[in-house]
Amino acid sequence: MKRAQNIALILLGLVAAASLFAGVLASSSYSEQFRDSLSAMPSTRFPLGTDELGRDRFARLLYGTRVSLLLAPAAALLSTLIAALVGGTAGYLGGKWERAVTSGIDLFLSLPWLFLLLTVRALLPLNTSPVTSVIITFLLLGCLGWATPARIVRAGTRTLVHSDYLVQARANGVSGIRLFWRHLLPNLRPILLAQFWISVPVFILSEANLGLLGLGVSEPLPSWGAMLRELENYTAILHNPWMLAPAALLVVVVCCLQLVLRTEDGIPC
Amino acid sequence: MLRIVAALLVTFTLAAETGGELRFCLRTEPKTFNPLLVEDESSETIRYLTAGVLVRLNRYTQELEGELASKWKVAENGRRIDFDLRTNVSFSDGTPFTCEDVAYTIRQLMDPALHSPTGDAFRSAPGAMESKCTGTSSVMARFPGAVAALAAQFDQVGILSARSARKESAVLGPFMVGEYKAGSYIQLRRNPNYWKHDASGKKLPYLDSIRLEIQQNRELELLRFRRNQLDLVNKLDPEMYDRLAAEMPKSVIDAGPSLDWEVVFFNQVATSPLPDYKRQWFRSDAFRRAISEAINREDICRVVYRGHARPAIGPASVSNHFWLNASLKPAAYSVPSALTRLERDGFHRSGDTLLDRAGHKVEFSMITNAGNKLHERTLALIQQDLSKLGIQLNVVVLDFPSLIERISRSFNYESVLMAITNVDLDPNSQMNIWVSSADNHQWNPAQKTPETPWEAEMDKLMQAQNAAQDLNQRKAYFDRVQAIVWERAPVLFLVNPNALAAVSSNVKNVTPATLRPQIYWNAERLTIGGTLVSQR
Repeated sequence: MKRAQNIALILLGLVAAASLFAGVLASSSYSEQFRDSLSAMPSTRFPLGTDELGRDRFARLLYGTRVSLLLAPAAALLSTLIAALVGGTAGYLGGKWERAVTSGIDLFLSLPWLFLLLTVRALLPLNTSPVTSVIITFLLLGCLGWATPARIVRAGTRTLVHSDYLVQARANGVSGIRLFWRHLLPNLRPILLAQFWISVPVFILSEANLGLLGLGVSEPLPSWGAMLRELENYTAILHNPWMLAPAALLVVVVCCLQLVLRTEDGIPC
Repeated sequence: MLRIVAALLVTFTLAAETGGELRFCLRTEPKTFNPLLVEDESSETIRYLTAGVLVRLNRYTQELEGELASKWKVAENGRRIDFDLRTNVSFSDGTPFTCEDVAYTIRQLMDPALHSPTGDAFRSAPGAMESKCTGTSSVMARFPGAVAALAAQFDQVGILSARSARKESAVLGPFMVGEYKAGSYIQLRRNPNYWKHDASGKKLPYLDSIRLEIQQNRELELLRFRRNQLDLVNKLDPEMYDRLAAEMPKSVIDAGPSLDWEVVFFNQVATSPLPDYKRQWFRSDAFRRAISEAINREDICRVVYRGHARPAIGPASVSNHFWLNASLKPAAYSVPSALTRLERDGFHRSGDTLLDRAGHKVEFSMITNAGNKLHERTLALIQQDLSKLGIQLNVVVLDFPSLIERISRSFNYESVLMAITNVDLDPNSQMNIWVSSADNHQWNPAQKTPETPWEAEMDKLMQAQNAAQDLNQRKAYFDRVQAIVWERAPVLFLVNPNALAAVSSNVKNVTPATLRPQIYWNAERLTIGGTLVSQR
C-alpha cells in the first residue's frame, strides 16, 4: 500500500511540476496558432500534435492542468463543506429541522439552475478576463453542487447519531457543538471524501458543458474540460488517439489522489 | 425465355424510373401548412414541395420561369402585374384552377387580418390593392405602391383554391400532404393532378412520395444517412462534410458559396451604454477598415471552414451572378496597411499594446452565439489576428436570446460575430438592413434621420433601386451601395460558407444549386434507384 501511495505521490508531483513549469516544458504558448500545422501528428515540436486551430496540444494540456487541478478541487471542497454543514446539521438535529432541510434540498434540486447560469452570464461584464470568468464558473459550480452530497451526508449522520459512542458521549455531558465537531464530523470523513472525489471529475466535465452556455473557460485559456469537448468528434479520436491525453490525465490524477489519501487499512483518511 | 427476361427488365426499369420514396430530415416541426403564413424553414420546405406558384426562380440558372402563369407583364412602374394562366390545370382535390383562385390568393395575401409574412414584400405603401380576373384565363393585381422585382416575389406565393372546402389540402404543387404525425414525420404523396409532364410526355413528379422525418440531432441524421435510412442531407457543416467525404466520397456535394454571410459589426448606437472613447473607435471608418484588413479571411475559410467557404466581398455573394458588383474584391489581408490606417487615425503602439489618441488601451469584446463551433473558432482566429495590431479582443459566447437582446434592445455590446441567412438574390430583400431607419440596420438601427452622409446616400440608392423598374438601372444603384459598404465597412463581411450536402447514390437527376433548397429544388424530376430520366 505504502509503495503504491509513493508512486501516486510521485506521479502527482510530476503532474503539478509539469503544469508549474509549463513555460519551460512547452516549446510554444498555449494560445499561439500554427495555421500551417492544423491537426498535426505528434512530433518533437508538438509532442501531442496540434488541435484544429494549429495550437500545441501539449502546451494547452500543461496550462489547462493548472486551471483544472487548482479550481475543480477547490469547487469540490466548497460544495463538500456546504454539504457537510447542511446535511450534517439536519441529520444531527433531526425532527422538524431535518424535515425542513430535506424539503429545502429537494426544492433546490428541482430548481432550473440552467436559467440562473444564463442570468449570471448575462449579468457579467463583457470584458471579463478569461481568468475571472473561470473563477466565477468554478465558484458557481461549488455553490450549486452541494445538494446531492448533503442528502447522503444527512443519511450518514442519522446512522451515526444513534451509535453507542455518541450516546455515551452525550450521557457524559459532552456539549452539542463539541459532539458535532469532535465526534460526528470526523466519523463522516469517509462519506465526505467520497463525495469530494466524485465531485472533482464531475466539475471538470461540467465546466466543459457550461461552455455551451457561454460560461466556463473562455478563449484562449485552456482547461481539461475544454480539451475534453474535442472528444465529441469520435472519428477524430480513432485517427488521433493522442486526443485522449486530457481524459487519461484526469483518470490518473483522480486515482492518484485517492491512493495518496488512503490509510494503511485501505480506508480513505 | 428471352422475351420473359426482356419484359422483366423493361418492367424493372420503368418501376425504378417512376416510383420510390425520397427520405430526408426536417430540423424542426413545421409551424404551418398554410403557404401564406410560412416563416420557418420547415414550413418553407413543405410549401416548396406542395404549393403551386405562378412563377418560379430556377435555383440553378437563377432565371425566372413561368409555372402556373404562361406569361406575365409588369406595368405602372411596378404597381401592376398581369398574368396569363395555364389552362386545364386542377388542384389535387380535382377542383379546376381558374383566375378566381389567383385573385382570391392575392386578396388573402394582402389581407391585414391574416398577417402574412409573404405579403410583407408587397406592402410597399399604404392604400388599397386590387385583384381581379381580366379574362377566362388572365388575372391582374394592382398594389398600392411600386414593388421591386414584382414578378419574382410571386415565387413565394403558393396559390390557394377559392372553392375547395379544405383549402390547405387542395394544392397545385407536385406533392400533397398525405400523412402527418406530429414530432415524428410528414409524408408527402404525389399529386395525381399535377399539370407538368417531362419532354417524353410522362407525368411528373417521378417520385411516389417524400418522407420528411423530424429530427433535430445532426449526428443522428448523419448516422441514418450512413445506414441508408435517409437519401439526402440538405445542409452539412464542414466537419461533418469532411467526415462523410472520407467514408463515402461519392455522396457528398459542395455546391459552392451560398448566399449566407458570416459578418462582424460594431456598436455605433449613440445611446448605447458604451464609454464615449469606444464609441468613437467604432464610429471611425479608419478603425473599422483597419480591423477588416487585419482579419485573415483566407485563413478563416481554410482553418475554420476546411476550405468550404469563400472570402466574402459584401452584400452580394460571389454566387449571386447578376447583382454582385464585379469591380469589388474581398478586403485584402495586410497588417502593415491596417497599422498605417490606425496611425493616421491617431492610434499608436506602446510596446505590444495599441493605444488611442487619449492613451486608452484598445481592448473590446466580441460576442457570438454559444454552441456554434464555427463561430467560436472564427473568433479564436480573429483574436490572434487582432493581437498583431496590439488589440486585445475578449471573446464572449452568449446564449442566442441574450445575444439578440443585447444587439437589438439594450445595445449593451461592443462588437458581434453572427451569421446572416439570405435566401433572396434580389437586393430588395436587404432593404431592412441598409436603410438607416430600419430596425435591422444593425450597427445603428432606427435612425430618425441618417447620421452620416454615406448612410443618407445609401438610403437614397436603396429607395431608388426599389422604385426603378429597369433591371440594369437597379443594378447600377445597388453596385454603388456595395461600393459604399466596402469603403465604409459598417459591416465586415468575412466569408460566404459553401452549400454542403450529401445525397445517396440512389437518388438520380440531382443538380445541386447554391440557392435553397439546394438539392431538391427540382424535386419533381428526382428519381430513386433508376436510370437518369432527364437532366435539367
